[in-house]
Amino acid sequence: MATLRMREALRDAMTEEMRRDEAVFVMGEDVGVFQGAFKVTEGLLEEFGERRVRDTPISENTIVGVGIGAAMAGLRPVVELMTVNFSLLALDQIVNHAAAIPYMFNGQARVPMVIRMPGGGGHQLGPTHSHSFEALYLQVPGLLVACPSTPADGKALLKAAIRDDNPVVFIEHESLYGARGEVPEEGDGAQPLRFGEAAVRREGGDVTIVGVLKMAQVAEHAATQLAHEHGVEAEVIDPRTLRPLDLDTILESVRKTNRAVIVEEGWPHGGVGANLATLITEQAFDDLDAPVQRVTGADVHMPYSKRLEQAAIPHEEHVVSAALATLEGSL
Amino acid sequence: MADLPDAATCFELLSRMALIRRFEEEAGRQYQRARAGGFLHLAIGEEATIVGTASVMRDDDYLIGTYRTHGHAIARGTEPKRVMAELFGRVDGTSGGRGGSMHIFDRENRFMGGYGIVGGNLPIAAGLGLASQYKGEDTVTVCMFGDGASNTGNFGETMNLAALWKLPVLFLVENNLYGMGTSVERHSAQTDLSKKAEGYGIPGTRVDGMDVVAVRESVAEGIRAAREDSRPTLLEAFTYRYRGHSAADPEVYREREEVEEWQRKDPIEAFARRCVEAGVLGEREVREARDAAEREVTAAVEFAEASPEPPLDTLYENLYTLTDPGGWYAVDERSPEPHRGEREDRMPDAARELAEAGAAYAGQPEGPRPNPALHGDAQDGTETRISAEPEVDGEPEALPEPERALNAEEADD
Repeated sequence: MATLRMREALRDAMTEEMRRDEAVFVMGEDVGVFQGAFKVTEGLLEEFGERRVRDTPISENTIVGVGIGAAMAGLRPVVELMTVNFSLLALDQIVNHAAAIPYMFNGQARVPMVIRMPGGGGHQLGPTHSHSFEALYLQVPGLLVACPSTPADGKALLKAAIRDDNPVVFIEHESLYGARGEVPEEGDGAQPLRFGEAAVRREGGDVTIVGVLKMAQVAEHAATQLAHEHGVEAEVIDPRTLRPLDLDTILESVRKTNRAVIVEEGWPHGGVGANLATLITEQAFDDLDAPVQRVTGADVHMPYSKRLEQAAIPHEEHVVSAALATLEGSL
Repeated sequence: MADLPDAATCFELLSRMALIRRFEEEAGRQYQRARAGGFLHLAIGEEATIVGTASVMRDDDYLIGTYRTHGHAIARGTEPKRVMAELFGRVDGTSGGRGGSMHIFDRENRFMGGYGIVGGNLPIAAGLGLASQYKGEDTVTVCMFGDGASNTGNFGETMNLAALWKLPVLFLVENNLYGMGTSVERHSAQTDLSKKAEGYGIPGTRVDGMDVVAVRESVAEGIRAAREDSRPTLLEAFTYRYRGHSAADPEVYREREEVEEWQRKDPIEAFARRCVEAGVLGEREVREARDAAEREVTAAVEFAEASPEPPLDTLYENLYTLTDPGGWYAVDERSPEPHRGEREDRMPDAARELAEAGAAYAGQPEGPRPNPALHGDAQDGTETRISAEPEVDGEPEALPEPERALNAEEADD
């Protein structure tokens, strides 16, 4: 084990997979000489050279399309889009092509590629550089969606994503790149993580809190506050992948606690929480003692002002109050 | 004028063009019978560009095209009966009925797909080229697209990247003079499309796309540049589609005389005449090529009609590839599927009636068929009506003029 930052853990995943499999290569805007806009691809160019670490022009749709073609011909591209915001420019290739090709050509072609993209707010980057699009990609059949919150999960999920034969949208959070954590090293049992296995971050019997991406951390902090200040034991679940979704673990928890709170940074309408609340209501309605609560980002374009921006992002206090709302009358 | 190849090649070129022509005519007829659904884009008139191109490709080269690619697949060696079955939406279709006319694909023959999004295939072609280069293989990708696609962002992005990375790709514009119903003069500031990639360092040339021998020569040079010099090039082939953009096209944007003028330069007639005059082929062989096409297309329709409809429980097949390690993907019992449409015993009556009404048309050899563009389609979000007796405002549906013309033309066949 080693203590690594998220960005180092992700880099190690790519490095190890590139050493293991010649078909794996990395391409994107400024991934080579610049070493990545967020320094995730640091050192890759030096080790693997320009053939396998490819700087691209600023042409998002084409970068993804090139990855699709290369994947259809047997390679395993890891495409970095500088941010999830810019992935909108590649939406045609991601949705109409990467996600659709295996199905519309009836399995004759596979698209084993990973599309990495960091997002999220909190850095005063304003309306066009702070998106959370977990829900957008979650909606598309044919895609897998990963959203790791710890360095260990980041590494294990990225390794799994690279080995997977399906197109994977791999969403990272800009605020988590510096987060530290224990990470298994190569030759030290650095295993890929199965997609569709949630992590129970904290056990508790009073309320289930599901937190996505950075909000998994926020949920954990909220759980600590709930225990210290309110005597409430929350169970915190990090789904880690949204498609496939480990609904079993979530339902099992809800059947125990009879209450659920879902925390995400994205917009409320048609969001991850909206989807998950529906699934919980459909399958565990009789187990619920209170309506499912959602905590989401504000329904606005991310404002620049630090004060407004912070008001638009969920914080642990919001999670605490949502959890308490599910417990109203029973405390 | 480029020299004719040997007799066997000439016969093969003629046969393949005749086969595609006959296939497309029949596809149009089957569309009128509602055996084929959705949108149908026919390449009648463009056979020389298609066959000329495919005929100088190696078996291990990649061909990638657009939504008008029944002929491209057939030119690559896909059996016409499998393309027809795809148009019919049947299990033996090239994509098992999941793709339809716009999404023909044949991995075995390295036909890497028809794509429904204009310009969407360009970056994918560059990716196929990158894979060849990356693996050190000398395979080449030929990317065919229409004049309309040359205006998309993908065109500029892909030309730049292909030139920058020296990808072994031949980009071939099938300039049939119209992007849907908008003429080149009205949609492209630069009407010499072969020049549109010059700024990216990709040289372009033009060729008469109605002359199969000329197409062969130009494409062979582009393939050579890609294979030997790892250099992308752009080739503009002038061609023409006799039919509308799709079967739902009223063709208000061009005169009948223009179509007739191009038909006088018909690529199949012209090539057959030239072969006969040069003594390379006899009249008997020309007839033989046509007869063989007729037999194969008749058999293709029989095959497609006999092929079963896809079972509903295959609805989710091939959405994901299950790999290890991997959890479960998409929809299963852990995630209730709100659509719930995959069980035969739960197929809604309305859906069954729609499917059966389509079949009812089969009893009427020459249509009529509701025009999806008139009835509203995916483009305006209203439901496409298919019933045995289509009516509009209580009146029996009259086919628009061009549809009648299309039918009349077929009656002459």
